[in-house]
Amino acid sequence: MDSLKGNVWLLGDDIDTDIIIPTEYLALKTVDDMKPYAFSPLRPELAEKIKEGDILVAGKNFGCGSSREQAPEIIKALGIKCVIAKSFARIFFRNSINNGLLLIEQDSLCDQVEEGDEITVAIGDYISHKGKTYPIVPLPDNLLEIINAGGLVNAMRRRNGLV
Amino acid sequence: MGMTMAEKIIAAAAGVESVKPGDIHTVEVDRLMSNDGTTHLTIDMFHNNIKNPKIADVSKLVWVVDHNVPSDSPKTAASHKKMRDFAKKHGITFYEGKGVCHQIMMEHHVRPGELIFGADSHTCAYGALGAFGTGVGCTDYLYAMVTGKSWVLVPETLRFNLSGSLPKGVYARDLILTIIGQIGANGANYKAMEFGGEGLAALTMSDRIAICNLCVEAGAKTALMEADDTALAYLKEHGREPKHVFSSDADAVFAKEYDIDLSFIKPVVAKPHFVDQVVDAKECAGIKIDEAFLGSCNNGRLEDLRVGAEILKGHKVHPLVRFLVVPASNTVYRQALEEGLLDIFMEAGAIVMNANCSVCWGSCQGVIGEGETLISTGTRNFKGRAGHADSYVYLASAATVTASAIQGEITTADRIS
Repeated sequence: MDSLKGNVWLLGDDIDTDIIIPTEYLALKTVDDMKPYAFSPLRPELAEKIKEGDILVAGKNFGCGSSREQAPEIIKALGIKCVIAKSFARIFFRNSINNGLLLIEQDSLCDQVEEGDEITVAIGDYISHKGKTYPIVPLPDNLLEIINAGGLVNAMRRRNGLV
Repeated sequence: MGMTMAEKIIAAAAGVESVKPGDIHTVEVDRLMSNDGTTHLTIDMFHNNIKNPKIADVSKLVWVVDHNVPSDSPKTAASHKKMRDFAKKHGITFYEGKGVCHQIMMEHHVRPGELIFGADSHTCAYGALGAFGTGVGCTDYLYAMVTGKSWVLVPETLRFNLSGSLPKGVYARDLILTIIGQIGANGANYKAMEFGGEGLAALTMSDRIAICNLCVEAGAKTALMEADDTALAYLKEHGREPKHVFSSDADAVFAKEYDIDLSFIKPVVAKPHFVDQVVDAKECAGIKIDEAFLGSCNNGRLEDLRVGAEILKGHKVHPLVRFLVVPASNTVYRQALEEGLLDIFMEAGAIVMNANCSVCWGSCQGVIGEGETLISTGTRNFKGRAGHADSYVYLASAATVTASAIQGEITTADRIS
């Protein structure tokens, strides 16, 4: 089973899509142009500090709000490897899978972890933090196939032998 | 075992006898709505990521330019042009500057029993006509546009049994905000919210749209109401026939049932920065406002404008307040004009604007500045939603918004003589 290791950025409950990317920046041409403004209403400094391979940990209802698909795209473009939250809003959940962003539902890690801590994720199995392990429920194989392909469009191309 | 409305619509769309919560089914999507919020992304993916791209059934597509209309920048204009040109080339039903997408869909397209994808979170509004409307991102939209199909996870259903009737001065908007406050911003996450009971019969179509439209703010996948005589009369009036009228079976299984006596509902306000921070409107009395907004797919219909105009008649908008009045569609706009409502708003000092999403979406008209406060009939009060990251949005009914615009601070309509 694949695993990944990264440092944590910690966010609270109900992180909405307008926090992830405020409406005024949606008119920018590319996701790379937008990503400096990610999370800016809440933590304007965050986007600049996030490094490739970091992990976002949050509370309940992550991604609530609009159907804007730029939200998961930007998180991925920032280099975030996965988002671990107590729960995810459903449109965001689908959009993340469709864009190849790994999401993990875990309801207790968020209350134990501190920003900057290093955690290891054994995908589909457990998360380990400071010697303690937190079980996770694996995503169904068909959704993992989409994530591993980098998103729904790529997964369909791969399935149809187009790549 | 009996089925809920959501289960019946999915079963029909999947071509199977029965479904149960947790099942995943491939479904035929009846209709596909998209607006200028994200359609440019769908078009880019259509051209760049698919080999020999085709639209499965163009008659299912409805595209609406409503978020930034008329365009507010060269970038927006370019995005609209891309959408307009693509729609023309492929023969897609296209509206520009005619109203907010969900209002357009209710007036012209939605039929009971349909399964509809909209690339917009408030697509759940269509449940007011007994249709399963659900919001999707542009990748899901593209997939359905190209294949005609998609997959859905059958949701559990929360059933709300309504009884009694709303007291005078209390509106559907107060009811749905109260429910969201009660169950929380993720209280219906992944679930369907179904409304029924004798209390539903007393609610107008405008009330019903307002209720279903806001269910996504509790996380709901869809909202549903049985298409009763009121809904079928609305449909007939707009020249359409139902696809299929479904209702939940007597032995359908609901994840949870709530009994709500409408006569106990009071005017409420959702405080910044969460839609579920709902309190009695009186608790917010005295909070100074800079702007008031009466409009949106949630509360910009003729009935809402009538409520506002009735309160505003003989009064003036407070000199320190911008009061934006934005009909949800041109049909609403022209009816309001005919009834003299727009005269009342303008006479009182309101700014009457073209039908569009306006400040509810926070990037077109009326965005608020640092430290400013807006009271709104819009859909969301997230931090920064209406403009500057450090600004404040309170959500309330058309009555409370209008009364507050007169007073310059949050107040309920019963305080206006």
